[in-house]
Amino acid sequence: MTMGGLLLSAHHVSKRFANGTQALRDLSFDVAAGEFVSLLGPSGCGKSTALRLAAGLLVPDAGSIAYPGSKPEIGFVFQDPTLMPWADALTNARLPLDLKKVARREANDRAARALARVGLAGFEHVYPRELSGGMKMRVSIARALAAQPKLLLLDEPFAALDEITRNELGDDLLRLWRADGLTVLFVTHSAAESSFLASRVLVMTPRPGRIAADITLASGRDSRLAPPTIEAQRAISAALNTAMVA
Amino acid sequence: MKRAADFAFPVLLAALLLGAWEWAVAHWQVPPYVLPAPSAIARAFAGNFASLMASLASTLTVTLEAFAAACLLGVATAIGFSQSRLLERTLYPYAVILQVTPVVAIAPLILIWVGFERINLALVIIATLVAFFPILAGATLGLKSADFNLIDLTRLYGASRAQILWRIRLPGALPYLLSGMKTAGGLALIGAVVAEFVAGSGTATGLAWRIVESGNRLEIATLFAALALLAATGVLIFAALSLLEWWLLRRWHESALSDRA
Repeated sequence: MTMGGLLLSAHHVSKRFANGTQALRDLSFDVAAGEFVSLLGPSGCGKSTALRLAAGLLVPDAGSIAYPGSKPEIGFVFQDPTLMPWADALTNARLPLDLKKVARREANDRAARALARVGLAGFEHVYPRELSGGMKMRVSIARALAAQPKLLLLDEPFAALDEITRNELGDDLLRLWRADGLTVLFVTHSAAESSFLASRVLVMTPRPGRIAADITLASGRDSRLAPPTIEAQRAISAALNTAMVA
Repeated sequence: MKRAADFAFPVLLAALLLGAWEWAVAHWQVPPYVLPAPSAIARAFAGNFASLMASLASTLTVTLEAFAAACLLGVATAIGFSQSRLLERTLYPYAVILQVTPVVAIAPLILIWVGFERINLALVIIATLVAFFPILAGATLGLKSADFNLIDLTRLYGASRAQILWRIRLPGALPYLLSGMKTAGGLALIGAVVAEFVAGSGTATGLAWRIVESGNRLEIATLFAALALLAATGVLIFAALSLLEWWLLRRWHESALSDRA
């Protein structure tokens, strides 16, 4: 992937919730167009809050989230598939297009293509309850892709899945990132997942979260067991351990 | 086989109870003005068929009109509550007061205000008051139970409040609303009967009045026939709403899917 100009910039962001929890304090990071950035940290460190701030679903108490160009089309994938149980896979994948009032025929075509890209061709009229956990997550990813986003935000999307499904979906995500020229911001607490998927890893401190390390990963991580991947995982784990006691 | 048993056992029990009832009345020679035999009730039903059906039509009309009004008012109010916390905080206490105040106590007032010349409207209003609350409570809970992540997602794509309501909140509220409707269907019938009792002679023509009239004339078999007709109507309303619930939820909701197990 070739990296472009600055797409997203978080500048000294702080966020405190109504219950008094200080989720983030002085969080700063940049994401360039075309990057696959992993936001890594322990549970409760404010990763998901940072992602929601990046999406504009939350407003920072201090600091700013800026898109130096125009705000890109954003796709969001939650930890749970977050599907409409009363609607089939096609209608679920079509949701962003329906909300934007895209003509029904075009919306159906785009949603069907998105489903096919995540390996769900032929499952258009299947309801969520009839799908496995991994397939539901694929519908969720297809829904994000149907809107043809420039920036894809993923909040621990594979955390609840078994290892084989997790790896399959990780491979699919990498393929889509490369094919579409997407920018990806991927929240996870897994150093192994980050070391294989991401081009850059932002390691966060425990709550209140801020960036403790910014690691650009070397190329050559062609598989999960390739030496550069293992080496990257070691470096990320070490940075995470340091961040935990910082 | 299981389906057949679901019907066969209740029917068998009814046959046994009716047989025991028939035998007991004959054996102890119970006077018919105290407890008529099932066969006498059947004869009364057949003998008064036309007038009982006319009374049923009257009660059923009030019931269905009240049920429809309760559905419209309940859902509209619940939508208002889901869109405005201020509206909910302001109005919900009054909805509860309306629910806990015995309708028999306020029915005479409604009759006076609406006027005996518009008795059917008064009956519908009273029955609507009885049926309203379960719809409001069910729809309000359903509309507020929407998946917050799903709503956040729609906000990300610039959804309007109307789009969120139509595409996310209302479909998600359907199981809660239908549950409220099943309760409200029975309550609308109860409300119609109570309203007819309160309205009294010369105005009401429904089944409730037939029960009062038959009691006054010691035509207890006709009273039982009217009572049985009321019970059957209640069961039919519940069955129709259960069928509607199954049909609307059959593809996706656990409550409808569990019936297949």
